[in-house]
Amino acid sequence: MSSKRELHYQVMWNRLISILEEQALTLVRTAFSTSVREAGDLSAGVFDRQGRMIAQAVTGTPGHVNTMAAAVPHFIEDIGPHRIYPGDVYITNDPWKGTGHLHDITVTTPVFVEDDLIGFFACTAHVVDVGGRGYGPDASEIYEEGFLIPIMKWVTRGELNTDLVNIIKNNVRESDQVVGDIHGLAACNETGRRALKAMLAEFDLDTLDDLAEFIFDRTHAATMAALEPVQKGTFTNTMTVDGYDEPVQLAVSIEVTDKGMNADFTGTSGISKYGINVPLNYAAAYFTYGMLVALAPELPNNYASLAPFTVSAPENVIVNAVHPAPVSVRHVIGHFVTDLCLGAMAEPLPNTVPAEGAGALWNFQASARSADRDNPVPPIEILMFNSGGSGARPTLDGLTATAFPSGVMTMSAEATEQIGPIIIWRKEIREDSGGAGKQRGGLGQVIEIGPTEGYQFEFQAMFDRVANPARGRNGGSDGAPGKVYLDDGTPFATKGKQIVPTDRRLIMELPGGGGFGPPEQRDSAAMANDIEQGYVNSGGLDG
Amino acid sequence: MRIGADVGGTFTDVVLEGTDGSFTSTKVLTTHEAPEIGILNGIEQIMTEAGAAMADLVQIIHGTTLATNALIERRGANTALVTTKGFRDVIETRTEGRYEQYDLNIVLPKPLIPRKDRFVVSERLSASGDELIPFDEDGAAAVIEEIADGGYQSVAVGFLHSYRNPLNERRFRELLLAALPDVSVSISSEVSPQMREYERFNTVAANAYVQPLMASYLMRLQSELTERGASCPLYMIHSGGGLMSVESAADFPVRLVESGPAGGAIFAADLAARYGRDRVLSFDMGGTTAKISLIEDFNPATAKTFEVDRSARFKKGSGMPISIPVIEMIEIGAGGGSIASVDSLGQIRIGPHSAGSEPGPAAYDLGGTEPTVTDANVQLGRLHPETFGATGIDLSPAKAAQAITNAVGDTLGMDAATAAIGISEVVDENMTNAARVHAVENGKNLAGFTMIAFGGGAPLHASRLLDKLGLDELIVPPGAGVGSAIGFLRAPFSYEAVRSFYTNTDAFDVAGANTMLAELTAEAESFVRRGTDAPTVVERQVSMRYAGQGWEIPVTLEASEFDDQAAELLAASFTKAYEEFFGRAIDDLRIETVSWAVKVSSVVEPPERVLLSSDTEGIVASSASRPMYDPVTDDLKESTVIYRDSMTAGAAIAGPAVIVEDQTTTVLASHHLCVMQPDGSLLVTREGAVRL
Repeated sequence: MSSKRELHYQVMWNRLISILEEQALTLVRTAFSTSVREAGDLSAGVFDRQGRMIAQAVTGTPGHVNTMAAAVPHFIEDIGPHRIYPGDVYITNDPWKGTGHLHDITVTTPVFVEDDLIGFFACTAHVVDVGGRGYGPDASEIYEEGFLIPIMKWVTRGELNTDLVNIIKNNVRESDQVVGDIHGLAACNETGRRALKAMLAEFDLDTLDDLAEFIFDRTHAATMAALEPVQKGTFTNTMTVDGYDEPVQLAVSIEVTDKGMNADFTGTSGISKYGINVPLNYAAAYFTYGMLVALAPELPNNYASLAPFTVSAPENVIVNAVHPAPVSVRHVIGHFVTDLCLGAMAEPLPNTVPAEGAGALWNFQASARSADRDNPVPPIEILMFNSGGSGARPTLDGLTATAFPSGVMTMSAEATEQIGPIIIWRKEIREDSGGAGKQRGGLGQVIEIGPTEGYQFEFQAMFDRVANPARGRNGGSDGAPGKVYLDDGTPFATKGKQIVPTDRRLIMELPGGGGFGPPEQRDSAAMANDIEQGYVNSGGLDG
Repeated sequence: MRIGADVGGTFTDVVLEGTDGSFTSTKVLTTHEAPEIGILNGIEQIMTEAGAAMADLVQIIHGTTLATNALIERRGANTALVTTKGFRDVIETRTEGRYEQYDLNIVLPKPLIPRKDRFVVSERLSASGDELIPFDEDGAAAVIEEIADGGYQSVAVGFLHSYRNPLNERRFRELLLAALPDVSVSISSEVSPQMREYERFNTVAANAYVQPLMASYLMRLQSELTERGASCPLYMIHSGGGLMSVESAADFPVRLVESGPAGGAIFAADLAARYGRDRVLSFDMGGTTAKISLIEDFNPATAKTFEVDRSARFKKGSGMPISIPVIEMIEIGAGGGSIASVDSLGQIRIGPHSAGSEPGPAAYDLGGTEPTVTDANVQLGRLHPETFGATGIDLSPAKAAQAITNAVGDTLGMDAATAAIGISEVVDENMTNAARVHAVENGKNLAGFTMIAFGGGAPLHASRLLDKLGLDELIVPPGAGVGSAIGFLRAPFSYEAVRSFYTNTDAFDVAGANTMLAELTAEAESFVRRGTDAPTVVERQVSMRYAGQGWEIPVTLEASEFDDQAAELLAASFTKAYEEFFGRAIDDLRIETVSWAVKVSSVVEPPERVLLSSDTEGIVASSASRPMYDPVTDDLKESTVIYRDSMTAGAAIAGPAVIVEDQTTTVLASHHLCVMQPDGSLLVTREGAVRL
């Protein structure tokens, strides 16, 4: 390749990523779904005509990493290559072909130059509602979790599929918001399509093929270079987490070869009766994320950087749930996959892999309902994202009250109180909750919340790492396990449907991250600072 | 005669506006220990050169990075933060997110006030401002004792929902000052009465943190000025791009953060008005960063919150949020000194590291060995030893080529010239992408915008950005090297009062909204009146969103008072604004108001219109030429070299060409045409894209 051509391709590669970021940004700003705007629960990508992902916007959640990449080939196959026309837009929320649960809607738009298909734009966002029981783990089959849109046309040659719009409108709560978000996804692809065509015109190209090959070649070489120094062999790990109604054992065996890495989940517990099951594509996303963040954090996500990372699992273990298993809250287990897989790689990558962290988020998702049937008040849904501590790193303490591997952010207490009948009485660092170590685990937090007068909270508790704390590494101590109770001392189950009465407060003590290295090797200045700042009190875990 | 003085990180720029409206300027080194010395030296120097006395000055307008630097370098006062019991750690746990998804070794920003210096008082208001837990007088007394024992110089007070009801914060201040009258106190309901505790607490903490330093600096500056015979009033430029009195600045020093860049945007806005260009993209490129802001209808875009001290590649979330009215701009690590490297993908990357002024670009031959954007410009013939304006620097093209070859060319198998093209294209592309994303974030389409380029680096890159963004018109004004300081002299007195007040269109609180608007107007008016008696204009704005969304968009209010039609009116205005932003509105959803802003500004006489014209008396001949890379034809072209001050009004230059002057160089590609305007501006257009 000539040097000039090389420079043009570099410029176009940057431009593609920038175009996708513009798209993602627009989605975040217009979305109605809290998890889109606070958690970055969305994704946007551009694909070649074979459906191979050329570039992807970096967004807040790793859950779309491979799922998004794998989605477009399904679209091509199910629509049928001969039925792809200019002006079309396709849609699905199939958990196994999209991004792991019905709430994520993926929209794909083909791009044509003259009459030739040159590629696709696709984007995904979590919508507010998909009908069924509503968002939660209670369904025993996916049919109860909402409606499933098989891969189909949302728009055919510019003509909106009004039948489908009508069906959706009649099957979801907040239908204006849901349909509004789907239109937003389609508009987002359209923006990308136009920007791409402008770029192709600027560089006098009529196909993406050569650019895609350039990007794949470069990325493949860099990915292989990043994998090259990793010790070859098979590395295993198991991790027990609380699960929903019974503990879940997660097991992984990662085989590292000179071609890539495969994670096999044989030995993992079977599927749950509840919607915490994980489609394999979603588990793959959290495995791949863990490996990329450890080995090659600067690599962009595309077909070539993801291809070397594969997964396998027996059918119907909890991380390979198949239709019609319920999968609504697949992130509860899915988020542990990253720590599980990183843990397996601790042996070959001792200076990289952190201790275990709180992992799953401690979301508070409640229905505020009238406390007194005779005095009805309007029902309101409340959602708060909260994070415990992350695991200590080989050379750094863990992160306090910060999500990992999810990129979720919390909401302002003041803003939450403006919208819902809730009072957040306390949201503070939980002292003594980080596992002791040469590097200390990140601290959890303590949250105290209660309903305002006239309301009570009905909600599905889904709090993990209560019976199974985050484990320390290399001699570091475990992080403090989580605790949940009412302010009058009434114990509260960490799972299942319960009520916070009108005059009570729910107290949640979020788990801390594990420590790294023997505590007695902790730097004395760091220890003194822990005590001065009150992160650690004598008698605490570090004491 | 008036002075505009901009204290920056390296240089202090002083501009003197003569009685005839002409400008002279000087640059002196910033004196970090006592910045007033640098300013005073600069002022005395320029007054002597002008043959005038300090007593001839009628006004001094000053902007400074001192507050920003104190925050970044953590050189503020020993400060305590007092908050509502249960919320001690808000400024430490932040958003609970990671600004970089792909970094296991991420380091989160440290809280400005460490945990040991954060105290709590039992008290609690509801979201509507009603008392849930009474203010604990005994508890407050105990905290005040700890503050006395701890020897704190300054105290920040931030209680939950104080933007709705400031009484508890005020009560704490009263008790504190009764016990410790010499302590500085900042309360969040005055500094930044906006909802969202993380941003508000951090803002009040920042204000308290820099207050003793800034108050003492301003006092010293004012007394020194008086001593040296300048008895004229001194005003400060604030982050919103207006003037404020020294007293207001001493009370709310956090409003001085980012005041220098604000000056640049005002400079561009004034030019926009002068030339009658109602959609302008302001492009300011210096040694370390490039800043881009949008100016519509001669007013720079503004925001209610921004971040200082972004540590990681200027990434969102890596700094600390400050919620005050500010001129909105995007800043990226792309300056003349930004260093080029090759990453593991074989991609050329620029910045965020900068060679700064020491050691500087390799071509400066002052010890720098890493290739910078400036080195690429030297290699490509855009900068040349014979015409490089900066005094005391002997440009070395050989050193530039060496650095580029070592760090980029050898890795990619390219010669220095090709690698330099790559560096130049990548930095231009980075700036272009940043401008596009910034426009999208603000719901704008850049088509039809005019670019105004200033700062030492911008005119070198502006014509390429013009092409990449598909714009038709570029203006390179005179005085581009000291644009911010000139901008200071164009700023009105202004103050924007902002407060959160939550209501919605289903149950609109007319009385509440009216009271709040009246209070905000009175507050803003009183600040402006500390500085001027001139007539004022009042602008009102409300941030709104559909119920269920988390992002608000600003809507301008036409009326100063609401009646029972308020909800319909607001809904209609919001729907219109939403459509402009996102292309389509959504029916039948409740609309919420989140925060309200009233800005009072003194009326500034609109500048005299200057008619830009591409009419020319013909292409000027220049005997000088040199080979320069031309991105349009993608090869080396013999290019015209001309001194800017040799061009008279109406003189035209056709690209490829460079127009050189002391502080910068304007580059034209082969399809660009540049015409000198009567006021000394350069108007650059593309062939066939001339607008009259």
